Amino acid sequence: MEVMSSELVDWSRAQFALTALYHFLFVPLTLGLSFIIAIMETIYVKTGDIIWKKITKFWMTLFAINFAIGVATGLIMEFEFGTNWSNYSWFVGDIFGAPLAVEGILAFFMESTFFAVMFFGWNKVSKGFHLLSTWLVAVGSNLSAFWILAANGWMQYPVGMQFNPDTVRNEMISFWDVALSPVAISKFLHTIGSGYVIGALFVVGISAWLLLKGKDTLEAKRSMVVGSSFGLLVSLFLVLSGDESAHQVAQTQPVKLAAMEGLYKGEERAGIVAFGLLNPDKEIGDNQHPIIGEVTIPYALSLLSYHDIDAFVPGLDDLVYGNEKYNIESASSKMAKGKIALEAFKEYKEAKKKKDLSAMADAEVKLQKYMPYFGYGYLAEPTDIVPPIALTYYSFHIMVALGSWFIVLFILLLYVVMKKDIEQYRKVLWLAVLSIPLGYIAAEAGWIVAEVGRQPWAIQDLMPVGIAATQIDAGNVKISFWIFAVMFTGLLIAEIKIMLAQIKLGFEGGH
Amino acid sequence: MLKTITNTLIIRNIISIIDFYVDGFKNLKVGKKLWALIGLKLFIIFFILKTFLFPNVLKEGFTTDEQRSLHVMEQLTK
Repeated sequence: MEVMSSELVDWSRAQFALTALYHFLFVPLTLGLSFIIAIMETIYVKTGDIIWKKITKFWMTLFAINFAIGVATGLIMEFEFGTNWSNYSWFVGDIFGAPLAVEGILAFFMESTFFAVMFFGWNKVSKGFHLLSTWLVAVGSNLSAFWILAANGWMQYPVGMQFNPDTVRNEMISFWDVALSPVAISKFLHTIGSGYVIGALFVVGISAWLLLKGKDTLEAKRSMVVGSSFGLLVSLFLVLSGDESAHQVAQTQPVKLAAMEGLYKGEERAGIVAFGLLNPDKEIGDNQHPIIGEVTIPYALSLLSYHDIDAFVPGLDDLVYGNEKYNIESASSKMAKGKIALEAFKEYKEAKKKKDLSAMADAEVKLQKYMPYFGYGYLAEPTDIVPPIALTYYSFHIMVALGSWFIVLFILLLYVVMKKDIEQYRKVLWLAVLSIPLGYIAAEAGWIVAEVGRQPWAIQDLMPVGIAATQIDAGNVKISFWIFAVMFTGLLIAEIKIMLAQIKLGFEGGH
Repeated sequence: MLKTITNTLIIRNIISIIDFYVDGFKNLKVGKKLWALIGLKLFIIFFILKTFLFPNVLKEGFTTDEQRSLHVMEQLTK
């Protein structure tokens, strides 16, 4: 089988990654800040205290700036599907299209309708209806995220469909299997949780900056209380959702899990690497130790992956070469089955050309039997199933380390703002300011783990990225890559400038 | 009679919704700058990127779904 030129595939991937990573700078703040604003407005409506209205309007303006700059950046990914990933789009169109269509129709319209009430409706609609609109914007934003992540979850764990060799499409047989797959749900919860933490870090960071400047201190302190309480609750929730995500990855994408942990040789009672550098000379199948200077938490990986401290966690060697003792099939065995599936597909194609119905039926039976291995038929080497280990490993560990730091930070801030005169704790305030970008780094690192860690697959086990891409001129992809880089960087600079100008106005600035 | 009242109510509601938006936009401060930015961005996305850089390969290159299926089948089995 012929895969696309690696230059074309690499640039197509780089372009999609760039678009997704930039888009994901805007989205999580919208997800998190929308709920924080709704909480603040609820306090205003409950207490009638006008200061809370001022606070709500301030954060709502910053929310609007982020929303406006980020809106529609995701559409570019949809264009890229049609241009750069046409094989993929056709192969999955039915399944990928349904959740995205629901997202467009339901969530986006709900979000945009109530967005107008939220901004233009102060003093024009009742307090209760305004508050309801603010909550519905938050719910709508998060519903949008749900459908996008359900589609992404399907790529990681394809369920609820059957391949139709006539149309060359995977056709949905159960919408609910796709929408409510355990991978989709855990991905949704963990991803929106990271967005909530970014929202909380944004609120506490900017409040800390205002306190450092001695500006609007009452409003900043109240914002700090809401931001750090919300942030702490969500950070603790992320520990639980992260546990569930890892459990799902262990069941459905064990190669990704092994790469996340730098685990080459599988172990019973496996520990988690809390700290350690990857041995750069380590290769699949050799006897070198994979981690340098490691500090591990005993049993934790077995517990996290299978909820059993005695469980065997397969390493990359087991998954590439197989392990009979634990009934783990080798990649080469899966590749052989994948090649049977591809041959059957070819036979189906030839039989269809000859209009030989009997041969078509025989080929389809064989194809459906081996379809779960279809993508393996395109791989050249068993080691092709292994994603970039270093990027996956370090991204995972950065995400976990930052997630732990956020728990400490929110506890510290909550304690100081509730019990002490926080303005005297300038170092703590600076920690809050400097932690704003860390939330983004953690979220992007998590996204890298999810997306780089599932390589070589565009759709797990069914379609590698080399087949998913469109055969187009790599030069065009390079040009559009750089156009995006410039455009998105411009948008980011515009956002930061408008945000900073608005923050400098303080709580008196309106929208 | 009932029909006329209903129509009048609908028209009044539509007018008040339009007024709501017009007033809202008129009173924006930072929002005016944002709307200009959104307009510029949408223009770039839909009229420049979509037209010149992102043709939908299967949609524009073929006229029927059967042709598209055959093309992808060839791509997947070559």
